[in-house]
Amino acid sequence: MSVLILAEHDGQHIRQSTRSSINAAQARNEPVHLLLCSDHADTLAHEAQHIKGVDLVLHASAKHFAHPLAEDIASLIMKLGNDYTAILAAHTPFTRNILPRAAALLDVGMISDVIEIISPNTYVRSIYAGNILVTVKSSDTLQMFTIRTSAFKPAENQERAAPVQSVSAPDPFKRTRFIDEVHHVSDRPDLSSAKIIVSGGRPLGDQFEALLTPLAKKMNAAIGATRAAVDAGFAPNEWQVGSTGCIVAPQLYIAIGISGAVQHLAGMKDSQVIVAINHDPDAPIFKVADYGLVADLFEVLPELTDALN
Amino acid sequence: MKALVAVKRALDYNIVPRIRSDGTDVDIAGAKMSISPLDEIALEEALRLKEQNKVDEILVVSVGPAITQDVLRHGLAMGASRALLLEAESLLDQLGIAKLLHALVEREKPDLILLGKQSIDDEACQVGQMLAGLMNASQGTFASKLQLVNDEIIVTRETEAGTETLALMLPAVITADLRLNEPRFVKLPNLMMAKKKPIEIIPANELVTHLEPRIKRTQISPPATRPPGILVKDVADLVTTLNKSGALHS
Ligand SMILES: Cc1cc2nc3c(=O)[nH]c(=O)nc-3n(C[C@H](O)[C@H](O)[C@H](O)COP(=O)(O)OP(=O)(O)OC[C@H]3O[C@@H](n4cnc5c(N)ncnc54)[C@H](O)[C@@H]3O)c2cc1C
Ligand SMILES: Nc1ncnc2c1ncn2[C@@H]1O[C@H](COP(=O)(O)O)[C@@H](O)[C@H]1O
Repeated sequence: MSVLILAEHDGQHIRQSTRSSINAAQARNEPVHLLLCSDHADTLAHEAQHIKGVDLVLHASAKHFAHPLAEDIASLIMKLGNDYTAILAAHTPFTRNILPRAAALLDVGMISDVIEIISPNTYVRSIYAGNILVTVKSSDTLQMFTIRTSAFKPAENQERAAPVQSVSAPDPFKRTRFIDEVHHVSDRPDLSSAKIIVSGGRPLGDQFEALLTPLAKKMNAAIGATRAAVDAGFAPNEWQVGSTGCIVAPQLYIAIGISGAVQHLAGMKDSQVIVAINHDPDAPIFKVADYGLVADLFEVLPELTDALN
Repeated sequence: MKALVAVKRALDYNIVPRIRSDGTDVDIAGAKMSISPLDEIALEEALRLKEQNKVDEILVVSVGPAITQDVLRHGLAMGASRALLLEAESLLDQLGIAKLLHALVEREKPDLILLGKQSIDDEACQVGQMLAGLMNASQGTFASKLQLVNDEIIVTRETEAGTETLALMLPAVITADLRLNEPRFVKLPNLMMAKKKPIEIIPANELVTHLEPRIKRTQISPPATRPPGILVKDVADLVTTLNKSGALHS
């Protein structure tokens, strides 16, 4: 039997998060099948074939996958599911919309946001915004889970091309209609895979992007934000780091004007090096920072940008 | 139009959870318990739809032990029309909760079902999607904006790259994200009044027989702590320190 991974892509490339789930799946020592849903038979399948650890690419190509609905992909997974011992994906907004629905259709319990796989049915995950770790065991014969991207290394490419097999997509679900989508355009790297993240809080105000971009550019960093900054409309929602946003663990995380609420810490406290800049020496962010600078951000931000070369 | 809102009773989000001294569970004895924050947002959205005369009945539901009635009372005080407890003494998993809610949906036949996107304690982010799957209904998860237009609900939802908007035919399942709204404060007189309102109780195993959880907790532990950091004196010091640490090299 094999493992099925739901792939995620942006139309051009397979996302890094999918590469992390491919690596996570290796722990099971079974062939790995990657399910790719897209609206064209294309370069995506070619990229998928060449990811190390993929043994078969299942390509479901259908016009309605241009804007894939959870309803459609979940019913496809239900159709395929019983041929597998495990179905997994990365815990991203895309897959966590789909996998629980598929789990219910298959009558299987599901484990979310796994940070460690202990055995083929035992996992570690965190609860209460990263304040507590639990080990959980699933008694289902089919294991369904999502993994935390930052906890598993992304799979690299391989020379060998895994075969591609096409699978037919079920008829579109008629009760949900796609209307439109809005993407925030930024030339910054993807938050979930960036090595360096420059992250800002509410005090940056409506100059949020203008203030952080020069520093981020110099460091080739992604930009992150607190919920407070996003709520105020200073930063787009997909930049939010935290328990209800993106969970990251880059090589370097620079928190600027961020208080360090538990819900924010939950999203970044596993970063390798944390720097905090805050004018309040008692701000909780300093408890997790390796290097803290007590200063006014408006003074030191330009200085820091200049000093880095 | 009838709305059903599922709310979970959980440790208040301002309280730092601790592990019980016997190491078996999180210590909630005597701690402040509340409606999980995103579920409160889901309920607030239903209340706003009712105030716009788009919804005429709001049923607030929770699955849990008898004590869960306290958060249901809070839901009544916020303005829910009815409250219902699906009483279960033992811990259930997300699939079990979804199955119970599904059985209740078949009985109550709501047009709109609202939940939080994820619970503050378990952070599973599953129940809404599972329920929609069991119902074979449309799902609008991680909603940051809702609009009822005729017999459709228009949902703006948060995605990896921004937002997308979907139109769902009713009945549909919606899960609330943080930005959907800010819940109202409950006034004291409303809390007093809610104390007198009845709460309907249905034993969980009367609705669904096989609820034994598939996912069980075998161990609980605190996360690793980070070693204490240092304060640097200025930007130059910071840059020197970072250069030495190697954190700047890719
Ligand atoms: C259910 C729930 C989920 C949540 N999920 C998330 C989440 O995923 N991510 C998240 O981030 N938050 C989340 N939150 C919100 C979280 O609790 C905090 O409210 C939020 O993180 C605070 O953001 P902030 O640090 O930008 O703002 P503030 O709390 O306003 O802090 C600003 C900080 O900047 C400092 N400061 C101000 N001016 C300057 C200056 N000139 N120079 C230097 N420092 C300055 C202040 O000292 C302060 O420490 C959630 C909350 C709830 C209830
Ligand atoms: N015990 C419960 N009773 C009622 N609703 C619940 C319960 N557990 C979860 N929910 C609902 O399902 C949502 C998602 O929870 P979860 O999948 O556990 O993250 C919550 O925000 C609630 O709206």
